[in-house]
Amino acid sequence: MTDWEAVIGIETHVELSTNSKMFCSCPTEFGDEPNTAVCPVCLALPGALPVPNEKAIEGIVKIGLALDCEINERSLFYRKNYFYPDLPKNYQISQYTYPVCEHGSLDVDVDGEPTVVGITRVHMEEDTGKSSHIGDGGGRIQDADHTLLDFNRAGVPLVEIVTEPDITSPEQARAYAAELQRIVLALGVSDARLEAGSMRFDANISVRPVGTTELGTRTETKNVNSLRSLQRALAFEIDRQIRVLEEGGRIVQETRHWNEDTGVTTSMRTKEESEDYRYFQDPDLLPLEVTKEWQDEIRATIPELPAKRRRGFLDAGVDVETAGVLADDDDLSRLFRDAVAGGATGRTVGIWLTGEVIAYLRRQEITIADTSLTSGHLVELGSMVDGGDLSSSAAKEVLLAVLEGEGTPGEIADARDLLQVSDTGAIEEAVDAVLAANADAVDKIKSGDMKPFGFLVGQVMRHMGGKADPKVVRSVLEQRTGS
Amino acid sequence: MSDLANLSITDAASGLRAGEFTSVDLLDAVTERAAVTEAHLHAYLTLDKDGARLAAEEADASLARGVDLGPLHGIPIALKDNMCTLGLETTAGSQILTGWKPPYDGTAVARLRSSGAVITGKTNLDEFAMGSSTENSAYGESRNPWDTDRVPGGSSGGSAVTTAVGSSFGSFGSDTGGSIRQPAALCGIVGMKPTYGIVSRYGLIAFASSLDQIGPFARSVADSATLLGAIAGWDRFDATSINAPVPNFAGSLDAGVVGLKIGIVTELIGEGIDPQIIAATRATADKLADAGAEIIEVSMPSTEYALSAYYLIAPAECSANLARFDGVRYGHRSSVEGTTEDMMAHSRAEGFGPEVIRRILLGTYALSAGYYDAFYGQAQKVRTLVRRDFASAYETLDVLISPTTPTTAFPIGDKTADPIAMYYSDVCTIPSNLAGDPAISVPVGLDEGGLPIGFQIMAPSLGEEVMYRVAAEVERLVDFTARPALATSEVTAP
Repeated sequence: MTDWEAVIGIETHVELSTNSKMFCSCPTEFGDEPNTAVCPVCLALPGALPVPNEKAIEGIVKIGLALDCEINERSLFYRKNYFYPDLPKNYQISQYTYPVCEHGSLDVDVDGEPTVVGITRVHMEEDTGKSSHIGDGGGRIQDADHTLLDFNRAGVPLVEIVTEPDITSPEQARAYAAELQRIVLALGVSDARLEAGSMRFDANISVRPVGTTELGTRTETKNVNSLRSLQRALAFEIDRQIRVLEEGGRIVQETRHWNEDTGVTTSMRTKEESEDYRYFQDPDLLPLEVTKEWQDEIRATIPELPAKRRRGFLDAGVDVETAGVLADDDDLSRLFRDAVAGGATGRTVGIWLTGEVIAYLRRQEITIADTSLTSGHLVELGSMVDGGDLSSSAAKEVLLAVLEGEGTPGEIADARDLLQVSDTGAIEEAVDAVLAANADAVDKIKSGDMKPFGFLVGQVMRHMGGKADPKVVRSVLEQRTGS
Repeated sequence: MSDLANLSITDAASGLRAGEFTSVDLLDAVTERAAVTEAHLHAYLTLDKDGARLAAEEADASLARGVDLGPLHGIPIALKDNMCTLGLETTAGSQILTGWKPPYDGTAVARLRSSGAVITGKTNLDEFAMGSSTENSAYGESRNPWDTDRVPGGSSGGSAVTTAVGSSFGSFGSDTGGSIRQPAALCGIVGMKPTYGIVSRYGLIAFASSLDQIGPFARSVADSATLLGAIAGWDRFDATSINAPVPNFAGSLDAGVVGLKIGIVTELIGEGIDPQIIAATRATADKLADAGAEIIEVSMPSTEYALSAYYLIAPAECSANLARFDGVRYGHRSSVEGTTEDMMAHSRAEGFGPEVIRRILLGTYALSAGYYDAFYGQAQKVRTLVRRDFASAYETLDVLISPTTPTTAFPIGDKTADPIAMYYSDVCTIPSNLAGDPAISVPVGLDEGGLPIGFQIMAPSLGEEVMYRVAAEVERLVDFTARPALATSEVTAP
């Protein structure tokens, strides 16, 4: 049996959430009423001309910089020619040679295994309208009775991010896609909603025997609307290709459609039927200048990116999973940072935030801003635990009460009588009382049998009504029994 | 009253302000002229009688209130029917746009309205401005007022004719390879193509975006400068418009040519050009020399390849520009049953005429994988050479001169069966389009058959002022006063 390996490249389309469209001033937010956010330009009326949206250029440059790309100071718009009813000009303004961004990379991690995914290019283009094919054809234009067209989306700025074929597994692909989504969200350039289509993944997949270098024939899989379906679709397509090859068949270069319900990809069209796009530079648009100065201005507006944020959290003592959860949430990240800066222990705060706090917010369907939790509360709570005034289970109870707005941790612990005794005098008295009542246990310990030690700790704790610091209890007991 | 229709814009403007007549009088004069000449010439596709009358009345009223919008205030002007006019049918001379009423004014149109111009209507053209005779119009050809058996030139033939006969005081066309200058030459008037980017193309139905420019037809050089002044200037709706101060077009009309260095282009005064036209060109050059200019013969080798390069670049761009006419959102939709794709294909096949289809096919081919480098890519290199040739010529020369056309007006039907012969009509005008430079055609005489001869002055980018300066001197030196017989009130409709 041959061992196979997958070679995967991903093309991602991201709709930018600018106020206006790429080449006209129509809004990019629109309700359900079709064909209301349109004008002569995005409807491609005779005589209308495109003018580039500067905010969109800023958006793509941000993405390019976040992906360590080189930004071309002079990039070119091209016309990509193909006829389709929801493409108003019957060409799409896109880029070909000299895209805005080239030669970048993104580091992704799968189970602690780092991979560098090369970014070939990041280019600017415009979205199409939306077609609804009505009739018996299962939504396919070929068999539709008629087609309804909505041009509200036509001309929305679209950024395409193309990777090198560096990805070797569905898990890596998912990790890449998830990290890219995090970056786009962190940059604030798109709402990056997979289910709504504002971020879309197309995957190019081929397989080859392990140890060979020649690329196999690839297929392109479209219509993956979640990270999970990206992973599933890739796994299916890789298995399918291996099966075809092992049965002596050959892979057809084609576009395949992922069906979420059936969990399979099916052929949409073969490349033999695909068009020659006849790219040529768009004479309506001058070369796009992104000067070094402008790049620097844009760079200065880029917030901290998820990877760096996660590194910072790891350095503060949290584990990988907690760092990831924190980094995905601006509110939690800020609370965490401020609390640690205030002297709290990172590990403890991380556990509270990703445990009790997130669970509480989800339960209540609210955000941090809706609660009265502050980083100061976390610092106070942390120092109470560290100082032995509060047990860790009591701390969680206090935290919930803080979230409920009952007061500061000190007030709540006081009111609920949750403070621990670490006063050695009181504990010594209790220890002496317990030892006096359990002479046989003391003898056993003195003869080297440590089994009753835990029993004695428990007895002391009970004597103290559960409010003694167990650490102090242990140390006093050890001292008294000479163990 | 009908003599009014022959006034220059300058004279009409001063008469209006002196109270000698009103804008409505001027409109009546051109309307009466059109009522007679249209049956002979078919220059207009749409006469907007009601809209024009309202505009003229408004112009009179505002002038009476003391609101003076400038030299075009109250002047009746005609527009080529590829310029989008709000609510007024705009067809580009094509069946595919029959009945289409734009929901917006193009920038040049909007500027004309705000300068008080009265828009008389929309004029005939070769379909989508593709042609040199106006015979490619889907609505029938226009005819030359000097000889109605001959073409007026094209593609802006209709506009040229209205200004030549007085059914407008001035008009606008678009010039992609000579579509203003060539019909101006053939109709005996002044036609100019501005520097690429000086006039917004927003609202001009595109033929070849990197070459198209809107420009004026006028009966005098001064009128031409006035008309251009009303529409020129940066426009935020056209990314290719130049964001720089507009030259003072009329600033040096009386400056003469003493000390100017004028190059006469060797390649454009030899083989393929009618000897009578060469003679008229040389005679005019001699007059300029007598007036104090230095005339230097200059070779521009790349101009020989300009025509071939143009007929790859322009069709390539048009193949994409015209893709939007698919029957989906507007325009002709085929009634043939079938798929959406069938509908789009049939709509285009039915809606476009043969020359448009020829150029779309040519351009599609030139851009196709495997042919791009040999055709479109090579043509772009030639374009760069043409630009260089012009740039180096203008290092030592102020302007270049040549004939505007290789022949005077040719008989209707003469070249329709031979596209290459028709394409050759633009051999002298195309180089300026490729270079993006301004150029103007001024009438300098009549040939033996009594047909007008045009003289072309080309200038460097944004060199309109010196171009107009030389043109005005040519106008004075030549003193071309002949008018076609149809430009009088004596003629009646057939």
